[in-house]
Amino acid sequence: MPKVLVVTSGKGGVGKTTSTAALGAALAQTGQKVAVVDFDVGLRNLDLVLGAERRVVFDLINVVQGVARLSQALIRDKRLDTLWLLPASQTRDKDALTEAGVASVIKELRTKFDWVVCDSPAGIERGATLAMRFADEAVIVTNPEVSSVRDSDRIIGLLDSKTEKAERGERVEKHILITRYDAQRAGRGEMLSINDVLEILSTPLLGVIPESQEVLRASNVGLPVTLSDPAAAPARAYVEAARRLKGEEVAMTIHAERRRFIDKLFGRAA
Amino acid sequence: MSVFNFFRRQRSAPVARERLQILLSHERTAHGHPDLLGILRGEILAALGKHITVDQDNVVVRMDRGAKLSTLEIEVAIPHSAARVGEAASGHGVAA
Repeated sequence: MPKVLVVTSGKGGVGKTTSTAALGAALAQTGQKVAVVDFDVGLRNLDLVLGAERRVVFDLINVVQGVARLSQALIRDKRLDTLWLLPASQTRDKDALTEAGVASVIKELRTKFDWVVCDSPAGIERGATLAMRFADEAVIVTNPEVSSVRDSDRIIGLLDSKTEKAERGERVEKHILITRYDAQRAGRGEMLSINDVLEILSTPLLGVIPESQEVLRASNVGLPVTLSDPAAAPARAYVEAARRLKGEEVAMTIHAERRRFIDKLFGRAA
Repeated sequence: MSVFNFFRRQRSAPVARERLQILLSHERTAHGHPDLLGILRGEILAALGKHITVDQDNVVVRMDRGAKLSTLEIEVAIPHSAARVGEAASGHGVAA
């Protein structure tokens, strides 16, 4: 059964695109067929983070408008042959993205892939609501920081009201992914703890991605972090989060950077 | 962190710089207009359309935008039933 997953946050700069690339790659590395879709019309970046920016021919709006077939617009990853990218348009008017058009693209993607991972733009406007509109599940990317948590709460409200599933009286399955987490600062009480965030948002945890230099290095070279250094703390955290998305029970471990890691077990299930 | 990793980490910024320079040089010239590769792609497909019925499902377009050299690959599968020989000004020049 194919799954449509939206990676969203409300706030910008918290790690949606990094997380879309890393989770998409981690799922693809398990042999699942994955399409990552960039919904950030006018400001696409998923192509750059995946190192496919030189190979973009057609984009999501071309497909929505019937200028190109979906098969022509999908770009296959050079390292993972089960990972495909549908880029956002860089130049066109964002109003060109219609709900009916997105619905038909998502419907076709469902027939070809095991996972369709939608990278939402920041904000709560049209692009963000269309990215989540047809989702079965949502990953809410949150930094342990007040404005990010507040915006995540707004997004959770939208997921529970503005999605197709919500309108049918069903629920979009929601997961919190905490990114840029610094265990030492949280330990010293300088940063919201994981439990603080989860308690405020009352949503289960998918994973904790530690603050790491490896994330910047990976985007510099155009690789998902799970491929650039699979042994690095954020890569391991994303791989475990992807396994949880697939329904596996994986104990929650807080990986710390530089190969040292502090194991912490949480009672909460993801 | 090993010494190898240390040096590897140091080298990623120049890669990022080069990738951005290539990308932005293409995006700036393309601002508001289709880029050269896009124009060529459109005209080549239009030329093919004079001779054959081009089914988009049979067309694969690949591009690679480089610093000094870009490539445009157009792969067209031409079923024999698609030929419009006689309709076009010239029935020659289409190699299947």
